[in-house]
Amino acid sequence: MSTNSNDVNDFVDQKYKHGFVTDIESETFPPGLDESVIRAISARKQEPEFMLEWRLKAYRTWLDMKPPSWAHVSHPPIDYEAISYFSAPKKDADKPQSLDEVDPKLLETYDKLGIPLHERARLAGVAVDAVFDSVSVTTTFRDKLAESGVIFCSFSEAAREHPELVKKYLGTVVPQRDNYFAALNSAVFSDGSFVFIPKGVRCPMELSTYFRINEMNTGQFERTLIIAEEGSHVSYLEGCTAPMRDENQLHAAVVELVALDDAEIKYSTVQNWYPGDEEGRGGIYNFVTKRGDCRGDNSKISWTQVETGSAITWKYPSCILRGDNSVGEFYSVAVTNNRQQADTGTKMIHIGENTRSTIVSKGISAGRAQNAYRGLVKIMPQAKGARNYTQCDSLLIGSDCGAHTFPYMEVKNASAKVEHEATTSRIADDQLFYCRQRGIGEEDAVNLIVNGFCKDVFRELPMEFAVEAQALLNVSLEGAVG
Amino acid sequence: MTNTMIEIKDLTAAVDGTDILKGLSLSIKPGEVHAIMGPNGSGKSTLANVLAGRPDYIVTGGSVTFNGVDLLGLEPEERARAGVFLAFQYPAEIPGVNNTYLLRAALNAVRTARGEAEISAVDFMKLAREKMKLMQMDASFLNRGVNEGFSGGEKKRNEVFQMAVLEPTLCVLDETDSGLDIDALKIVANGVNALRDEARSFLMVTHYQRLLDYIVPDYVHVLAGGRIIRSGDKSLALELEARGYDWLLEEAAA
Repeated sequence: MSTNSNDVNDFVDQKYKHGFVTDIESETFPPGLDESVIRAISARKQEPEFMLEWRLKAYRTWLDMKPPSWAHVSHPPIDYEAISYFSAPKKDADKPQSLDEVDPKLLETYDKLGIPLHERARLAGVAVDAVFDSVSVTTTFRDKLAESGVIFCSFSEAAREHPELVKKYLGTVVPQRDNYFAALNSAVFSDGSFVFIPKGVRCPMELSTYFRINEMNTGQFERTLIIAEEGSHVSYLEGCTAPMRDENQLHAAVVELVALDDAEIKYSTVQNWYPGDEEGRGGIYNFVTKRGDCRGDNSKISWTQVETGSAITWKYPSCILRGDNSVGEFYSVAVTNNRQQADTGTKMIHIGENTRSTIVSKGISAGRAQNAYRGLVKIMPQAKGARNYTQCDSLLIGSDCGAHTFPYMEVKNASAKVEHEATTSRIADDQLFYCRQRGIGEEDAVNLIVNGFCKDVFRELPMEFAVEAQALLNVSLEGAVG
Repeated sequence: MTNTMIEIKDLTAAVDGTDILKGLSLSIKPGEVHAIMGPNGSGKSTLANVLAGRPDYIVTGGSVTFNGVDLLGLEPEERARAGVFLAFQYPAEIPGVNNTYLLRAALNAVRTARGEAEISAVDFMKLAREKMKLMQMDASFLNRGVNEGFSGGEKKRNEVFQMAVLEPTLCVLDETDSGLDIDALKIVANGVNALRDEARSFLMVTHYQRLLDYIVPDYVHVLAGGRIIRSGDKSLALELEARGYDWLLEEAAA
């Protein structure tokens, strides 16, 4: 027999499949950060004056702040002076107006990733705003969206074309001094997506952005802002994958969502940043601030995420349930393998009356990875009749990994109802053998067990994304047994 | 039919470095039902697990030929696809994985190996319901997690149910009767008997004669110290019930 009792321990040898580098000459700022760099970024993006002022204010705030140390992760100190804060494909000046004009090498890269942009966009009816390094290179279906009044463009473009909207909403959900990385992002953010759904409009298609890091030593500082006006509805998909790298790469994104009365935002993420090699060398540091503000009554914000990548993930998509009867949801699958570390979870802040939140978190650890769930449910004094349900499950593959759960609850209104359930289980050799004895191959058996475990989250994802997420999960754990 | 389905020759096997099987030989022809009995620790369950290819059970010598193929050279899933089914003594629980989903994946793996087309969801459900009726199982069974929160009896019934759906060539039952009350035992026995035909063989590991009242074996073997020390027909089981194992052990030692 080629198998032995160490089956489960060997579950970890999968090499990163998307490991390649596109050879496009990039124009990259020299490493280091000071006010002149921020001025240069702003100038390159031809931003209005208010943006520059906003960035500078954030930078000065950041200088006074210290990196957080409370997360259940460990890494060497980050040298912020060694990071280059801007990188753009060189052909920026004459940006492609259609896919035909896009650098073929870039399209090739997407093909390798299994993202045939045009086909995917057309067949799936998805508009794709592809972010390659720091500048959007192509945006599709803009016209169709424009017909219904939906604005879907790069953040830099929004700052130029819709300054009034940017000015009104930027930083209102995640203030500049919210945390260290949010402040840094506010100062140097490169680009990202801007979405505006006007009153009463149901966005005619699912909006999607693919992010990708492709430049050595370049911090990626995405900034996304989604605004759903009264009674509108939008589903936004974010997915990313990165080529193999030697240096650690810092990724500090900020996502702000605003839902007004009766509006609904569904934000789905499949995250596959390069996790580093078996020892965790060269993986992405993913320090993200994602927050949704249910500003209006009866509004709803739903986060669904599948996290398989990054050396370190530090991420808590949160909902501020300000409007009465507003609803916040968080569905998460976080997979860590080898030396990956994830400290992820959510915050549900109940302010309005009869606000409801649901948290379903599934953590999967393999190899020597550490996976932590950290969640805060806060019921404010005025949040009469607030309800929360939290379910937190951990699955361990092998015996050298860890799962940790840090639930925090602050309940300041006696009428609130807060429930928390947590389980930890292990893929055991006898489960694997059971499946194999029924004729199911080893990897299929692991996938079966893992997918069963994640079912509650996958069914929240849009159909085509769910298939992709499942495939990604299978790839992430491929070769981990036997 | 006279050809042999499975030929076990001088099989030796160890678990955790301890030799358990010490030269076991057994030959089963298509359509035959063999019962393996014996005192605790004699190697009955080890035999069942070795045939299925359980990773911790290390074969140290001998051979097993299954329909002309070297069974020991196959991975567990390949053995299953070739038609070897083990009804587990302690079936694993797999939380969150739907019973139906696992069984359909298993059936399709077996069918694909046989060169047959995968079964459609509709046809599968039809098949599953039919077999569930046989096992007197509630329809809610299909939507539960694999063995999740099942009682001991439900788990055993589920094993035979899976066997009925997968239609293996060689059914190895590892103490399928243990932990069953008499009603459940009858149901399980009915399920097994319904599967008996001239092409399918059974190897039943059991402690108790009573199972053999319901599933009447063609042969009864007594396993002790990792070897078969006596073979006979059903009357041997009755004799064991009356006299215990000591007389056989003494004879074997003499």
